[in-house]
Amino acid sequence: MSEVEETIKRIQSHKGVSGIIIVNADGIPIRTTLDNSTTVQYSGLIHQLAAKAKSTVRDLDPQNDLTFLRIRSKKHEIMVAPDNEYLLIVIQNPNAV
Amino acid sequence: MSDTEGKEVSDKEKEHSEEKEMDTAKSPKPRKTPPSSGKSSPKKPGSAKSGTMTPKSPAGSRGRATPKSKGKREEIKMETPAPEEEEDATLPDHCEPIFLSSKTQTIFSCVCDSDVTKENRFKIIPKAAILEDLHNRAGVCDFHPIKNKIIEYPGEEFLLVYDRDFKFGQNFYICFSEETKEKLLHPPKKEGEVVEGEGGVPGEEAEDTTVYKYVPPQSKEWVSHGSEKEIKEESVVEMRRRLKVSVRRKRKLFGAPCKFTDRNVGDAKDGYVECTSYKDKTFDLQKIELDKGIQAIPWFMDSGTQTEWKYPRNANTQYYPREFSQHEQQEILKKKQTGTFMDGVCPRFQLALQQNEIMDVFFNDWLNLGEADNTFGSKADNHLKEYQSFADLQFSKEKKITDIQWHPTIKGIVAVSVAEKLTFDERIDNASKVIMTPSLILIWSFTDPINPQLFLEAPDDIHSFQFCPSNPNIIAGGCQNGQLVLWDISAHADRLKQPRGGNRNKRATVLPGFEDPNALKTPIVRYCAVSSIENSHHAPITDIMWLPDHVEINRMGVPQENKGFESCQIFTCATDNCILVWDTRPTKGPQQQQQGAKPKDKDGTKNPIGVPDTFKHLDLTWKPMLKVHLHKSEPGGDHAPTKFSIAEKQGDRGALSKATDGGVPDKEASVTGGYFQSGKPGSGREKRTLQTVKTHFFVGTEDGEVVYVDWMPQKDQDTGKIQTPKPDFYHTMHDGPIMTVQRSPFFMDILLVVGGWNFTIWKEAVVSGPILQSAPNPIRMTSGFWSPSRPGVFYISKVDGSVDVWDLLDKTHEPSITQSVSPSAITKIYPHAVSHKQHLLAVGDSSGTLHILEIPWSLRLPAPNEVTGVANYFEREVKRRGFVVQRWDFREHEKRELEAEAKKKAGIAPNVLLTDEEIEYRLKLEYQTYMEAEGNFLRELGITKEEEPLPQTYSVTQFLSDTGTQRHRNSVSRYPVTGFISD
Repeated sequence: MSEVEETIKRIQSHKGVSGIIIVNADGIPIRTTLDNSTTVQYSGLIHQLAAKAKSTVRDLDPQNDLTFLRIRSKKHEIMVAPDNEYLLIVIQNPNAV
Repeated sequence: MSDTEGKEVSDKEKEHSEEKEMDTAKSPKPRKTPPSSGKSSPKKPGSAKSGTMTPKSPAGSRGRATPKSKGKREEIKMETPAPEEEEDATLPDHCEPIFLSSKTQTIFSCVCDSDVTKENRFKIIPKAAILEDLHNRAGVCDFHPIKNKIIEYPGEEFLLVYDRDFKFGQNFYICFSEETKEKLLHPPKKEGEVVEGEGGVPGEEAEDTTVYKYVPPQSKEWVSHGSEKEIKEESVVEMRRRLKVSVRRKRKLFGAPCKFTDRNVGDAKDGYVECTSYKDKTFDLQKIELDKGIQAIPWFMDSGTQTEWKYPRNANTQYYPREFSQHEQQEILKKKQTGTFMDGVCPRFQLALQQNEIMDVFFNDWLNLGEADNTFGSKADNHLKEYQSFADLQFSKEKKITDIQWHPTIKGIVAVSVAEKLTFDERIDNASKVIMTPSLILIWSFTDPINPQLFLEAPDDIHSFQFCPSNPNIIAGGCQNGQLVLWDISAHADRLKQPRGGNRNKRATVLPGFEDPNALKTPIVRYCAVSSIENSHHAPITDIMWLPDHVEINRMGVPQENKGFESCQIFTCATDNCILVWDTRPTKGPQQQQQGAKPKDKDGTKNPIGVPDTFKHLDLTWKPMLKVHLHKSEPGGDHAPTKFSIAEKQGDRGALSKATDGGVPDKEASVTGGYFQSGKPGSGREKRTLQTVKTHFFVGTEDGEVVYVDWMPQKDQDTGKIQTPKPDFYHTMHDGPIMTVQRSPFFMDILLVVGGWNFTIWKEAVVSGPILQSAPNPIRMTSGFWSPSRPGVFYISKVDGSVDVWDLLDKTHEPSITQSVSPSAITKIYPHAVSHKQHLLAVGDSSGTLHILEIPWSLRLPAPNEVTGVANYFEREVKRRGFVVQRWDFREHEKRELEAEAKKKAGIAPNVLLTDEEIEYRLKLEYQTYMEAEGNFLRELGITKEEEPLPQTYSVTQFLSDTGTQRHRNSVSRYPVTGFISD
């Protein structure tokens, strides 16, 4: 099993994790544990949001950078880790914990 | 034709002629002198008429046509610049016709019909250019003949006008004066209009000009249109001769000194002349005609409209998300970059995920703060606090409080009924004393703890009373002697409503010396109706209840819609085995006549002071409209009710929405179901029958039984009489008379029953018994009441003067709080929500004192989800009840088995448990074989040939078959079953 799959498995083993998506820099999903339509929607929207968040942080301080983005909603929490080339999105339902 | 018309016509004509005069200054038509006023010209009546009235007539059209055509010509003149015959007449001043050869024309760029045309005739040529030309071409130059004039010309530029038609002999003419040049270039417009007739100015210039010159209007000759007559009419002119008055006085009186004195008006005969106003006939004219001016204006209307904006939408482009193929995805995933990214990012995710797992950081503690402290046992203040207490030295001391009622609308008003503390025998012994002391209901106000606000006088001690829910000024009470009493306190309602004690207010407002000696005395309100003693209960009325205002029941017990929404029916119960239903409305039919006769003689003889005749029609003749007799299923007397509770609730109008029109007789149903199904339409002709109103109700009896019965009478199958059916079930769960049967304000099917030394909680659909039964308390309970705000809380009062507070969600084996309130036994308890923040508990004791206690907030505020919690608790209890019933069957079965076991051990019964028939059959078989064997044996021996039965064996079969018949369980109760078997 590849490194990626191992990591995904490790994250998935946490309680309440309902989905993991890896997205490339263009917002195109590479690997997902969700169904296609949800994946496409998540990747498209979160990619934009992450890009905006990243630019905000960089605008405030050009030497700073965004490393992690947590979005807490009523139903679940969306965690995003942006990188130069990839974006990892994890959706967790904290109430199910 | 009347005069005015004629004048009008003449005026019109004048106008006409004027118009013509102006228009046709030079018209070929002969000028017409305006006809003299008042007389129309004989030739033109038609035209005059047509001008005003019938413009369609041919004469009229001709008459008008003339000026019109003139007008047209005018226009034409203005539009077309071509000056016609008028223009050729005069060459403008200081102008010289000149011929320009084509060569010259090209030099000055004024070639005929190209640079200059008929329409654009003017050409400005600088003087220098002409001089240069003269110099260059000298004699050949076209300007040579006028060389001197050119040199003399003061201006810098010449105006050259193209004369296409050679009107002045040459093809051009030139201007030598600035004024003429100006005039030609900018002919004044006014001039063009006014001096049109002269035709001096070409019309075309009028169009080009934009500057308007003011020409003062010329005064014209006055033409009368009749307005001078109006002015004449308006002006005031002396019509009659002036009146002459001469006033004379004697000479000596002039300058005489005056002497003024006072005198009375009445002294002199004509000292006072009154000028009263009167109606003057002279001015009594009716206005028939009215001058009124009106002007018609066009209607204006503002309206707006808004169009919906259809924004452009791209309908042609379709898109789909970009995706990688399976292969591409694999490729990317295999990259080392991806792996390192995932490794780098993973710890952050694990941290975040773990944080969420450990605790919810967004949990709102404030929202859930109060919950923990709400249960009992915490240090919170949860004791009943004494708020006020009421006792009247004269009327309530040494008596016991029998009932408490809070006023339904006025805050801080509570009524208590008091009764003598005597047993039946003592009462008879002291009859004379008892009769002499008045029986009262005391109405207390929080503003005055010493004096009651009102006394309600009753014929005998009141044991139970209630305010009418729809009209709180009506109070119904049940007497010791079984009579039902009604009071109307409408006259004293203000006294109760006064914020301060009524007494003090009165003292303040009344003048000194005029005090009403009775002002300080509490008024005594006499009852206004009492039921007929023959038709009343034959025992003290222990419970009374007004039927909710949306329901009424007819003589057949059928619940119907009450359209008036006024409570008018009362349920009463007494220990004489029946519950009566009374109607406060006057009855119709033959009874009314009897009634009508009785009050008549009463009117004259006695009408007690201040008794309102609200219920006069009922007094002493009032009969119940329905009697519910509580038959017992078994012999040994009937049920003696002390308390009851019906399902319908005041203010709950739910039943009305499900009402059906008319009562369709359906005799079959209602035997099993609690819902009303059958009955006659009854007296309520157009009243809708309320199908969902339960006619079954709970009754608590003197013997501690809880009876569930249908109040609707049915035809008895044996006797054929219409009477109350036998109760659906009854259980004896209490060791003393039942003191309270009350439905929970939150669950309509949950009842609290208090009596003897314990209480029980019942659910309406559960017939096998109570869903909760308390352990017997060492102290007898006297009454109970559900909390008005907390579904799981109720209060129970006891004879030792203490109050128990039970919280079903806290514990069910003992009360949550026990608090001593009074030194004497508590007889009645009634919690009441005065406001959202204040709940009071009224406690009446057997020494005549009414204690008002404040309920702490912990008992007032329901816990979150308390209703569901309590509902779940009741549900569990119902299940437990079901399990208990199952166990009864199981025990029965077990018992049978044990018996069989015992028999088997004794060697009587076989190993295998057989049915009775089988056993019998087997025994018979055995017996037969035995008989055969015996017969054979005896025959062999030759002793006897007769057969003898064995008595022992037979008795066993007999016993078994007997128990078999007894095995079906009596469904009524568990205890009767055991009793039956032990028999």
